[in-house]
Amino acid sequence: MNLTTLFLANWPAIARSLATHIMLVVVSVGLGTITAIPLGIVLTRHRRFAPAVLAVAGMIQTIPGLVMLGFALVLLGIGTVPALAVLTIYSILPILQNTYTGISEVSPAYTDAAKGIGMTAMQVLFKVELPLARETIISGIRISTVYIVSWATLAGMIGAGGMGDWIWTGLATYNTGYILIGAIPSALLAFAFSAALGGLQRLLTPRGLRRQP
Amino acid sequence: MIEFRNVTKRYGAVTVLDDVSFTIKSGEFVVVIGPSGCGKTTTLRTINRLIEPKPGTVFIDGKDVTLQSGVELRRSIGYVIQQIGLFPNMTVEENIAVVPKLLKYPPEECRTIVHDLLALVNMPWDEYAHKYPNQLSGGQQQRIGVLRALAASPPIVLMDEPFGALDPVTREGLQEEVKRIQKKLKKTIVFVTHDMDEALRLADTIIFMDKGKILQMASPEEMLHKPADTLIKNFLGRHIEEETPSAPKRAEEFMKKRVYTVNENVKTLQSIERMRKREVNSLVVIDDEERYLGTVSIEEIKRRGKAGRAVSEYLNTDTLTVNRNSDAKEALDKLLASTENYVIVLNDDRSVAGIITRTSTAKALGEALWGEIEA
Repeated sequence: MNLTTLFLANWPAIARSLATHIMLVVVSVGLGTITAIPLGIVLTRHRRFAPAVLAVAGMIQTIPGLVMLGFALVLLGIGTVPALAVLTIYSILPILQNTYTGISEVSPAYTDAAKGIGMTAMQVLFKVELPLARETIISGIRISTVYIVSWATLAGMIGAGGMGDWIWTGLATYNTGYILIGAIPSALLAFAFSAALGGLQRLLTPRGLRRQP
Repeated sequence: MIEFRNVTKRYGAVTVLDDVSFTIKSGEFVVVIGPSGCGKTTTLRTINRLIEPKPGTVFIDGKDVTLQSGVELRRSIGYVIQQIGLFPNMTVEENIAVVPKLLKYPPEECRTIVHDLLALVNMPWDEYAHKYPNQLSGGQQQRIGVLRALAASPPIVLMDEPFGALDPVTREGLQEEVKRIQKKLKKTIVFVTHDMDEALRLADTIIFMDKGKILQMASPEEMLHKPADTLIKNFLGRHIEEETPSAPKRAEEFMKKRVYTVNENVKTLQSIERMRKREVNSLVVIDDEERYLGTVSIEEIKRRGKAGRAVSEYLNTDTLTVNRNSDAKEALDKLLASTENYVIVLNDDRSVAGIITRTSTAKALGEALWGEIEA
């Protein structure tokens, strides 16, 4: 059976898988973002903890995905919830790292000036530090998203669905067509997310910080 | 008015401000200067509570600054830093209006403020308001930095080496501008620098600090004339050398103190002998109370003098005299108008103070121009 016929025969199911896949990515990266950015901000306020926290986060990142899924399976059972839990944990590090670096790299000239003219700590954060770190933070989210698109294919193994279902089925039955039906949209999805976030990054970069033409 | 009362600041074992007290009057341009680590920036940052002293109190207009929140205090005091620190994500207009916005001024008022301030430094609103800091030169950026500090019309503006990173030409332009604005808007400015040129150019009062203490607080003129410490002298360096000693003004400053006198009762031969010994051709005649009577010249005695007579009989009372405190010009006019070679300088009690000759005049003028002269 050639790829096109296979695809046409199965497209509603493929579309459902793709939707699940996107949901897994969006939810986990979303949860990762709302965890990592505040945590990153807290770390810039308590710098002495930063190396330890970033080291732990980095260590988690090195644990193979399958092992993590195994843990999740044991602790949380099968299905979407354990998959999201694992993916969320994986999505944290790049965003955390970039939030911390982005804010740390804001020149003291700006924060000193901001404080000196009478901004509160919150105003310094929201009016100066975050806008200036925005590009770096979004770039962290982008890296994270591209990772998670591929990691999410593993989620199929514990019954969370997504494009992984097709790949695992293909692998189990030596069916290259199934593997490709899972792999190609995943790869395209990664490209699409990356491009979209890249666009968002440019859009949100304050004009004064953009490179001059 | 800003008052420091026994302000001390320590970081661990390091004392950066050591029991500092001083008062800055309203409308004064005060420059704080000293070597690095002398505490000048700490002093500045203590005023707007970016640094909290312990112990010690800072008063603004008689009110302890800790009575209001640091944030509110800082909104009421302008602040300019060396690194400029214009927010790169905001336009020139947004940067200038940042404090008025924090203070929740209505938008129209913010616009008016930006308009007026840009006009103050001759940067047309149409051309500059919507530019971003990275589209401006360093000098223009710091102009905006100064305007940002002025936006909410604070009576006090703090400037921490604001022109340190600018090239000399731009720096001078900005110094003039700031001085002009300060006079026009009657601001109290506290300005930190390590550049003595800048301090002398701008300051009404200079505070010289070292090791957390004030070595001298004085006007630029006073500091130049009476530096209180060798360190200050070193800082003033070439300014002191350049400074010419003020030209002599009074007669006594032109005179030579060594005058050969003779008592009126001394006999003619004796006085001639004295003149020969001193290699002079006349002597100043004084009475028993050392008061000036006149002069006696060797020609006069040779012409009609008789042995055994007192010199008082050959007295020349037409010799020019001036009081030692009189205007030097009077003495010089007399000297130049007559054929005499000297003018006798008298004390108030008419005793002889000295003598102005053509040589002593030349020497005094020479010293005024080039310093001490060996003669």
